[in-house]
Amino acid sequence: MTSYLQLSSITKTYGHFTALSDVNLSVEKGEFVTFLGPSGSGKTTTLMIIAGFEKATSGLVQVGGQSITQLAPHERNIGIVFQNYALFPHKTAVENVYFPLQMRGVSRSQGLKKAEDMLSLVGLKGFGHRHPKELSGGQQQRVALARALVFEPSLLLLDEPLGALDKNLREQMQIEIKRIQRSLGVTTIFVTHDQSEAMSMSDRIVVFEKGRIEQAAAPLDIYHRPQTSFVAAFIGESNLIPATVTNASARIAENPVLDSFDYAGTEVLSDGQPVTLLIRPEHIKLSRSPIEGRKNVRMTVETIVNYGDNALVIGRAGDLTMRVRVLGADVVIIKEGEECCISWTPDSVFVITK
Amino acid sequence: MGTSLSKLTEKPNIWPWLLLSPLGIYMLIFFVVPLADVAIMSFTEPRPTLANYTKVLTGALYQRVFLNTFLTAAFVTACCLLVGYPLAYLMAHSKPRTAMLILLLVTMSFWTSFLVRTYSWMVLLGNNGPLIAFLQMIGIESPPQLLFTRFSSTLAMIHILAPYMIMNIYSVMKKIDPALIRSAESLGAKGFSLFRHVYLPLTAPGIANGSVLVFVICLGFYVTPVLLGSPREQMIAGLIGHQIEEFLAFGLGSAMAMVLLAVTLVILTIYHRRFGLDKLWG
Repeated sequence: MTSYLQLSSITKTYGHFTALSDVNLSVEKGEFVTFLGPSGSGKTTTLMIIAGFEKATSGLVQVGGQSITQLAPHERNIGIVFQNYALFPHKTAVENVYFPLQMRGVSRSQGLKKAEDMLSLVGLKGFGHRHPKELSGGQQQRVALARALVFEPSLLLLDEPLGALDKNLREQMQIEIKRIQRSLGVTTIFVTHDQSEAMSMSDRIVVFEKGRIEQAAAPLDIYHRPQTSFVAAFIGESNLIPATVTNASARIAENPVLDSFDYAGTEVLSDGQPVTLLIRPEHIKLSRSPIEGRKNVRMTVETIVNYGDNALVIGRAGDLTMRVRVLGADVVIIKEGEECCISWTPDSVFVITK
Repeated sequence: MGTSLSKLTEKPNIWPWLLLSPLGIYMLIFFVVPLADVAIMSFTEPRPTLANYTKVLTGALYQRVFLNTFLTAAFVTACCLLVGYPLAYLMAHSKPRTAMLILLLVTMSFWTSFLVRTYSWMVLLGNNGPLIAFLQMIGIESPPQLLFTRFSSTLAMIHILAPYMIMNIYSVMKKIDPALIRSAESLGAKGFSLFRHVYLPLTAPGIANGSVLVFVICLGFYVTPVLLGSPREQMIAGLIGHQIEEFLAFGLGSAMAMVLLAVTLVILTIYHRRFGLDKLWG
């Protein structure tokens, strides 16, 4: 049983530069998958290879068991929403949505009706006669989405579509895109460099770095069980502590500053193995004096960044910089320059071996 | 407080005008005054009546020349578009080297004095020129008269005006967002339908700009039709020159010039209403 969208050993080189090396990915029908990564990590290149605008140097793209590697973009039946929407400025909203149907030989009366229906689905009933420049950014976004979906594509690709919108609108559109995607059940690939967007929208996140897939997993798995230190650092705030395993069977590791302490997980490690330990800032507790039953470390507070409902406290413990997330109310007990105690339990310490 | 503020705002109001004044005075003496003189002459020479305009607007000869001028301008515009559009497309979408080469050829032709270009056509198309020699060589015994015909003047005008069309269309093509084309492809468009439904409409402003520019310049073209064209098929500017130089009919010539000016202004006004004149120069 093969999956719906299958990328097999996709490699893309530009001269000596390798943009993608050996990318393999399976996406199930109806799944919402997000490609996340910094710019230049290969996520957009992968999207363009799926769309057919870039040719892979080697590898195979299959949809529904059929190879589409050799097909031109217009033969692929894939809906794409571009970063700046790419609406046709000389056509009205409804004509834009009608366009893919027109190209498929659907009659004008029938096609325009279908386009109107699609506009209603994305919440733009009655806006059909307007030209793109008479619509707001969010509305243009909806038109682009309607246009990419109206011809019932086999895949929907979204290339950083929310980047140009302001924060409130972006959150609104995240919910909206998710709702539409669910109601149509269309398999969707969403490209972004915004991790909160990826977290809130995806069934699965694929993290790209330097032309490679670092990890592909459900959002919470990515957050709680990052497999590489890049993923741990890229997703959310993190404290990454280099350590050496001193007693693998008892799950104890050692760091020059922190001494020995316990870690969680089920990975089989060996004594003397160098590892990276991840502790999320929200799993660390800040207090005046050590707390019984937890691993306690003394820290000098350097910076406090207030966000209102919570605050990020950054300080130094030996040569380690530690980040602690505290509730807004708790931050009043501490001032910059003061010494305090930070503590955590073994089950919030994750091991990363790569 | 109030006075110092008003002084501050007053200063920038005077300066631009002061800086503009040399040009303003120049334009007044060498453009506005002569033009006004022509306008006055058209009513007063040789006697203060409307006779000149009656003659221009009702005389069969003048009507024919005006019609001929418009048809020629329209034909030249159409040819410039046919030649210019593909060339502009090549310039906008080929590899940098090729694009540079075409751009260089177009601008070189554009920068060469149009008098020089007109004379070059005289050499090329003349009875002792290479084209006639070639026709004779391939066995055409009495090759047709090429120079001093409607053909030669039209050909030269197309050559001289094509760069205006090309540059206008090129600048619009260059600004088309490639994502629009990609998006059209992803939606199922290809080949001619992509061109007709997306590319052509997107380049329409360039076509309109170029066409208006070529048409308007062509309406008033003097040197090329006079030097290369047939004396029996004059254009309006040539006829005006003829009236003034040979018959010293200043009033009649002026009236024709005013009618030509009025027509040109009407075209530009329609264009301005539709697209905005400010776009005409890119």
